[in-house]
Amino acid sequence: MRVLYPFIAVLALIVVAFLGGKVTGLQYLLGVVLPYLAFGVFIVGFANRVIYWAKSPVPFRIPTTCGQGKSLPWIKQDRLDCPNNKLEVTGRMILEVLLFRSLFRNTKAEIHDGPKLVYGSSKSLWLFALMFHYSFLVIVLRHLRLFTEPIPFFVPLVEFADGMMQIGAPRLYMTDAIFLLAIAFLFARRLTLRHIRYISLPADYFPLFLIFAIGLTGILMRFVYRVDIAAVKQLTAGLASFSPVLPEGIHSIFFIHVTLVCALMVYFPFSKLMHMGGVFLSPTRNMSNNSRAIRHINPWNDPAIKPHSYAAYEDEFRDFMKDADIPVDKE
Amino acid sequence: MYDAGKIIPGLIIFVGLMLFAIFNNAGSKVEAPKLEKPVGVKECVKPVKYMKESHMELLNVWRDEVIREGKREMIEVEGKLYEKSLQNGCMRCHTSKKKFCDVCHEFASVYPYCWDCHVAPQADMALQEAK
Repeated sequence: MRVLYPFIAVLALIVVAFLGGKVTGLQYLLGVVLPYLAFGVFIVGFANRVIYWAKSPVPFRIPTTCGQGKSLPWIKQDRLDCPNNKLEVTGRMILEVLLFRSLFRNTKAEIHDGPKLVYGSSKSLWLFALMFHYSFLVIVLRHLRLFTEPIPFFVPLVEFADGMMQIGAPRLYMTDAIFLLAIAFLFARRLTLRHIRYISLPADYFPLFLIFAIGLTGILMRFVYRVDIAAVKQLTAGLASFSPVLPEGIHSIFFIHVTLVCALMVYFPFSKLMHMGGVFLSPTRNMSNNSRAIRHINPWNDPAIKPHSYAAYEDEFRDFMKDADIPVDKE
Repeated sequence: MYDAGKIIPGLIIFVGLMLFAIFNNAGSKVEAPKLEKPVGVKECVKPVKYMKESHMELLNVWRDEVIREGKREMIEVEGKLYEKSLQNGCMRCHTSKKKFCDVCHEFASVYPYCWDCHVAPQADMALQEAK
């Protein structure tokens, strides 16, 4: 059920978009109104969620330390895994955001005959996650050709590098293939590994299905059910310049693709996909482990409450403590 | 709000990047590409819709047939013979690369590698030959 419901949800989106793409009136709704709406929800929802997070105080230093902290001068500190200042934290964050360092540390646990529990390194999640995210980035950058007029200089460069293999016409982009392969892996991982399947929810499967469907419809549109790309660009670049023109005779596959992308944008701020913003706000990554060097004061402490030492406490309650046979430091 | 000094600029950068296309397009008008159509010829080897969407596929098939398999025979469409060739077929009628091919290609940022091998014919020479 946890796999089936999200699958049905994505199928339903495809059916709705397919039927809507056939009706002229609904085409305007799907091709113009929905993208604006979805983009608005995405931007406002994203900012809203980040501001909501920012309202939570993080009074304590809670970085995950993965190495030797700063200590005596002759003990070598692990500067990236136990950062002590802003510079080291910045280094740690850059590697986390760009190279997914914490996924690199992913491990697996297996039970062998014996029974014997064996732990080992598991790099495949890291590798496929990296492939997926960078392919997605390149694909988004490539799509700028449809939204920008004039086209910025870097778009043709990205396209050139991506289509370097010169396979077929139109050229096959390497990222398209890597993208689908990586999502297929991430999906198969959730299905085949028992402990991952156990903790997987519809909210994990839905984005996988949705993003896979987006990739697949995009590839189908490029290689099988072709659309007049100049007409499509009039619509998409028109959207970005607030003068959209809805061209006639566009294949339904285009509307399916656009509707799915809109669904992704609407879903984004309310889902786990917010890790895009969340990775920057992870206190376990973005804090320095310096609570031995610097005193961090809880922001919601009442300044009227003064520090109360144990000696003062004992002075206050000495008689009661003695009566209750509690040992005291000072008689 | 905590750490507003870092989070707000971060958000502004994010929204700015997301709105990149809008800033980029400001002041320029998106206009449908205008092609120079051949004079006196109404029909192509395939219907207009197919040519708009899938001409690259046809050219790719022709390339394979002619260069790799040596099948150079002409194709006949509605009694008219066409040579399976970019320079001697397509560009007999669509004489100018600049005013035909490039118009849509540049609009959609498509840079086909036809011209790695082919030389775009001089427009006036091709016209003369056609006569």
